[in-house]
Amino acid sequence: MAKRIDVSGLNAYYGSFLAIEDISMTVEPRSVTAFIGPSGCGKSTFLRTLNRMHEVTPGGRVDGKVMLDDENLYGAGIDPVAVRREVGMVFQRPNPFPTMSVYDNVAAGLRLNGKYKKSQLDDIVEKSLKGANLWNEVKDRLNKPGSGLSGGQQQRLCIARAIAVEPNVLLMDEPCSALDPISTLAIEDLIGELKERFTIVIVTHNMQQAARVSDRTAFFNLAAVGQPGKLIEIDDTERIFSNPSVQATEDYISGRFG
Amino acid sequence: MDITAQKPAAPPSPGPAAPEDKGAARGATRPGDRIFLGFSRGSGIFVLVLMAAIAAFLTYRASLAISKDEANFFTSFEWNPTGVPPEFGIAVLAFGTVVSSVIAMVIAVPISVGIALFITHYAPRRLGGTVGYVIDLLAAVPSIVYGLWGAIVLVPHMDGLYGWLDDYLGWTGVFAWEGGPARSLLTVGILLALMILPIITNVSREVFRQVPRMHEEAALALGATRWEVIRMSVLPFGRSGVISASMLGLGRALGETMAVAMVLSPSFDISASLLDAGGGTFAQNIASKFNEATVMGQDALIASGMVLFVITLLVNGAARLIIARRKEYSGANA
Amino acid sequence: MSNATLSPRRDSLRGATLPKWFAWAVAAGSLALGYGISAAAGLHSDVQWALIAAVLFVVGSYAVSAKIEGARQAKDRTATSLVWVAFLLAVTPLASLLWETAERGVKVLDGYFLTHSMGVVADAEPGGGIYHALLGTLEQVGLAALISVPVGVLTAIYLVEYGRGKLAKAVTFFVDVMTGIPSIVAGLFILSLWVLILKMGPSGFAGSLALSILMIPVVVRSTEEMLKLVPNELREASLALGVPKWRTILKVVLPTSIGGIITGIMLAVARITGETAPVLLLVWGTDFINANPFQDPQESLPMYIYLQFGAGSDPAYDRAWAAALTLIAFIMILNLVARGIARWKAPR
Repeated sequence: MAKRIDVSGLNAYYGSFLAIEDISMTVEPRSVTAFIGPSGCGKSTFLRTLNRMHEVTPGGRVDGKVMLDDENLYGAGIDPVAVRREVGMVFQRPNPFPTMSVYDNVAAGLRLNGKYKKSQLDDIVEKSLKGANLWNEVKDRLNKPGSGLSGGQQQRLCIARAIAVEPNVLLMDEPCSALDPISTLAIEDLIGELKERFTIVIVTHNMQQAARVSDRTAFFNLAAVGQPGKLIEIDDTERIFSNPSVQATEDYISGRFG
Repeated sequence: MDITAQKPAAPPSPGPAAPEDKGAARGATRPGDRIFLGFSRGSGIFVLVLMAAIAAFLTYRASLAISKDEANFFTSFEWNPTGVPPEFGIAVLAFGTVVSSVIAMVIAVPISVGIALFITHYAPRRLGGTVGYVIDLLAAVPSIVYGLWGAIVLVPHMDGLYGWLDDYLGWTGVFAWEGGPARSLLTVGILLALMILPIITNVSREVFRQVPRMHEEAALALGATRWEVIRMSVLPFGRSGVISASMLGLGRALGETMAVAMVLSPSFDISASLLDAGGGTFAQNIASKFNEATVMGQDALIASGMVLFVITLLVNGAARLIIARRKEYSGANA
Repeated sequence: MSNATLSPRRDSLRGATLPKWFAWAVAAGSLALGYGISAAAGLHSDVQWALIAAVLFVVGSYAVSAKIEGARQAKDRTATSLVWVAFLLAVTPLASLLWETAERGVKVLDGYFLTHSMGVVADAEPGGGIYHALLGTLEQVGLAALISVPVGVLTAIYLVEYGRGKLAKAVTFFVDVMTGIPSIVAGLFILSLWVLILKMGPSGFAGSLALSILMIPVVVRSTEEMLKLVPNELREASLALGVPKWRTILKVVLPTSIGGIITGIMLAVARITGETAPVLLLVWGTDFINANPFQDPQESLPMYIYLQFGAGSDPAYDRAWAAALTLIAFIMILNLVARGIARWKAPR
């Protein structure tokens, strides 16, 4: 299921503004890779290039290569809609569909992709909610609106929705930044379980979180406001947090800037 | 425009008046404040009195007419208020008003939603902006101009369509056509559709614009096509807004006078065919019969206007209820 | 994870995607075919062949896309083509409306037309003009604005700055109700009061009263919106300096929101300028110049269009179009200026 991501020479633009420049990295399957860096360094933009969500923002444009195993996401004839099915995404703020029930939220992605029997859907919804550690909390209110859940539950609902379609990769854009510490802990535990099945990339502002959940960490930085963001280094998380090879990384991690 | 766009999205604030509670009470003791408050409150009261007066006078004159009516006011097909005995009823007018407005809605609502989606989600940015602007201006074109255009340009252009409808759907009776000029309820409905289209489009466009970006991204990230994004997040979010916009359009269509009076060739009967000239609407009937009417005739027209007034009140009230409900709903999720 | 629960998976991210020019090609094809079919079948109406072409376009792109790209993409394409068709369906007649008015309107629209009345010009004769109508419109609309602006603005001030409790709620409710009054009903109301009860004859002023009923709610609504946009901090800052409330409203609140209020008033004026029904009932219309809005029938631009249309001769139609063009131009200019003010005075 889980696939390797291989990025080379990737630039992303907003209109004529170059937001991130010349990024190359490899994301290993069945692992958690964290992106850290100061605000505006392009880590979220980069994340959104990995499932071709960047180009839905007006003016958004990408060049370079993103290989998902042996297929280039930006190659000719690639259908961005199909890419987003293979590469799921969880957003900063929980965004369940407000008019849909818990059940329908989880089933939303499946219903887009062909017909399922009711019993099949039931199975997948239950499995996905269990996978998101949410089943016990919502099994009695599957038909209530998803927006009625707490923030942390909503975010896990969004994770369940994303994993229900069995993607190869799961992208998370600061998934805990809108949540309280207890909900954050629940999500972090969940990430630890999910990496058995998926390739996970997570953007976070919280360095402790990066240290806790990730196997590898990539540090992004920008020279100045208005300059493009760049990948400074990527390495094992342990190494990044104990003995980074670039001075800027150490400065950032030890809190000297950013 | 932007101001109105953001307005409903803002949390329902108590309004700036609330925190000044004390100021108002204290301030009112100053002469300047008292006078100013007096004027502004007086204006408010004036509006109330005005509305009460409208209701009272219309009811009074209408009741004068209805009390002399020898026919059933609601079911009679006659309109002869000056006859001996006076006989008049609104059945034909109610039929024509409802039919032409329904035709207008059936045509205008889907197309308006389409254009609103076109502007917000399909068109290239600049084109969308221009189209939105033009539609905005079209909402300001007076109905008399629509009427002129409808009567002189649109009516002759309908012949082809009418012939066609008659050929293929004539057997239903509804689309049968005897071949006269296309000054019928169907043409009126089409013209009304064009007139309310800018209104419904404008409101729908604002609603679609307010759909939170994150809901659309949620659908996109699941691998939804553009249409699926619209179906999953834009339409559910905008539904009540579109409904209330349509109600506003309906209110306008029901009360439209000049365009109908100029296009329709009226008659006081109900025909099964929408394509044959004839029929009438409340507003059109008032405009065309007014000139030759005696006092009794005018009272009868006022009675029919009263019915129109009540109908539009109900429609607008329904629209407002829907808007109010929507505010609560989006407030909880914003 | 059993296979039964998995969706039928594609092995590849590659969808068979139709090229970008596909939609244009289908559109061009359907237009040609629609025209061809109509010509072959001997249909003459533009409406017919355009409708045929539209249907062909939607069905054609669905069929091809369903075959090559799959059902979901085909649905997406259908939605896209429907949206485009909706756009074209609506834009064509609306563009025709503007075009016809402009084209037919310029025929007799000149300095003479603007400065002469119909006087003794017979319906079927060319000549004559709209001077009396312009005069009437300006007077009626001016009087209506003179009544509506103070009432409307003061009511809005009451609602925003003072209004609480039952009275304010009632006023808000009835302003909403007034917004929905059809213009003919407003005309009937003044008719029942003015003509039938007070026994006054038709006059421009009677028309102004009816127009005020239509204008007041618009002014109240827009002024209310603008006043609500004034930040409370400004009011509090002024009050904290010991400025009385009425002076705060006059010196702080109104100047801050004046741009938006004027915009709203101009849009309201633009709206009532085109109203015909109340004028028809109360002002009646005339071919002669009547500068006194308080006595005897007057003309107004929309009324002029209606009367010339009713006259039914070609020269009269030409005059109706020219008057329509003048009316639209007047309203559009008001709209554009209003928007300009709104943009210029917008709180930044």
